[in-house]
Amino acid sequence: MLKFTEDHEWLKIENGVATVGITAHAAEQLGDLVFVELPEAGAKFDKGGDASTVESVKAASDVYCPLAGEIVESNQAIVDDPSLVNSDPTGEGWFFKLKLDNVSDADALMDETAYQAMID
Amino acid sequence: MDPISDNSNAELSKTPLHSLHLELGARMMAFAGYDMPIQYPLGVMKEHLHTRAGAGLFDVSHMGQILIRAKSGDQRDAALALEAITPVAVAGVGEGRQRYGLFTNEAGGLEDDFMVANRGDHLYLVVNAACKHEDLARIEAALSATCEIEAQFDRGLIALQGPAAESALSALAPQAAEMKFMDVRELTIDGARAIVSRSGYSGEDGYEISLDAMDTDRIARALLADDSVEAIGLGARDSLRLEAGLCLYGNDIDQTTTPVEANLKWAIQKARRTGGDREGGFPGADVILKQFETGPERLRVGLQPAGKAPVRAGAELFSAESGGSPVGTVTSGGFGPSAGGPVAMGYVPTALSDVGTTLFAEVRGKRLPITVAALPFVQPTYKR
Repeated sequence: MLKFTEDHEWLKIENGVATVGITAHAAEQLGDLVFVELPEAGAKFDKGGDASTVESVKAASDVYCPLAGEIVESNQAIVDDPSLVNSDPTGEGWFFKLKLDNVSDADALMDETAYQAMID
Repeated sequence: MDPISDNSNAELSKTPLHSLHLELGARMMAFAGYDMPIQYPLGVMKEHLHTRAGAGLFDVSHMGQILIRAKSGDQRDAALALEAITPVAVAGVGEGRQRYGLFTNEAGGLEDDFMVANRGDHLYLVVNAACKHEDLARIEAALSATCEIEAQFDRGLIALQGPAAESALSALAPQAAEMKFMDVRELTIDGARAIVSRSGYSGEDGYEISLDAMDTDRIARALLADDSVEAIGLGARDSLRLEAGLCLYGNDIDQTTTPVEANLKWAIQKARRTGGDREGGFPGADVILKQFETGPERLRVGLQPAGKAPVRAGAELFSAESGGSPVGTVTSGGFGPSAGGPVAMGYVPTALSDVGTTLFAEVRGKRLPITVAALPFVQPTYKR
């Protein structure tokens, strides 16, 4: 089951590791991405830390770390082809995998119904 | 994530095309006091590429249109009067032609840039939206003794840009095809009287079409009915002009940059330079004409980032990868869809302004290599 943040990230949590990306709504709002900068494996972030940067033709935006944890993998495919984030934001367009400091932190995040209600 | 929010605001001014933008699904934003389309559902990237492949229709009705008529009835008297506040040879503009202009201040800085056309019995100016009220006051203060000045801030202005602009406009007004770059004519477009110039702000061939407010929506829709024409927002307008090496007032030129520093010497014709028939006589002439002799200490140049990361306005430039003080600043920068990578412009010391000079731009705490590059980044297709 996916979890969502107010900053328009999604998380898919398996065995204490969250795969993180941005939502279709966020990707649509940003427009065609032309540049993605991802954190390196081993980097540690608090909740809300600047984990990544995305740039469209007209602006740069930060992607925040949704929960405290350590990066275990980043998706080089979206660095090579940022348009994957627009074409498949919840699939091939994932950003990074985060080993959560406390898996129970995710309980406070929104489920899909609550996220949809927030953006509608 | 911090997606750009929809900040359309009912208190903002609206152009004659406002309801058309909403109907087309535009994302609106405040710009110079107007509620303007930043992009349509097509998106900035495709809007940009479409303009270079087909034709883009831009609402630029927020810009200021001003007419100046000499009380003597002689257009040349109005041109000579305007020369008191601009270094441009306005009296050298032939009937039915227009020229790029600059308003200067006493320090030699720039107050605005504009287009001025000789319309036979009067001058027609198009000035920037954010400066139009100050420009009107500036013109009235300097010219009202000898000229009648008419602000037409309610008129519509449509830019039609791209290789298909000629066929799209001439389908409605065949004479448009006869015009050359920087020609200005009165045309009848589908029954509407329009003042049309063959010019623009994209690096492409195209037109700017001035219309009565009540005709603007109808003519815009008639142009959009052509399969080659798409509505284009301010986002792509900015990336198009950046690739074309054109200055944005407030970013690349402002009250602190002189025309010589801005690499706009070409806009000051020989008649107004030292030794010319009408040498000087404009605000800041002493500073600007001296810079023609001595050369400026800094210069606006094109900048090509070496990597994939866009380098945006405000980034500081350094001569070394670490240490030292900034030597310059990026004034416009982003991704150039037609260039296929990041492009930028900025000011660097003249000694570091040769094409090929490598500098470093600071982006999110890292110094990224960036090379001085020839402008424009894409070759213009003006019909000279």
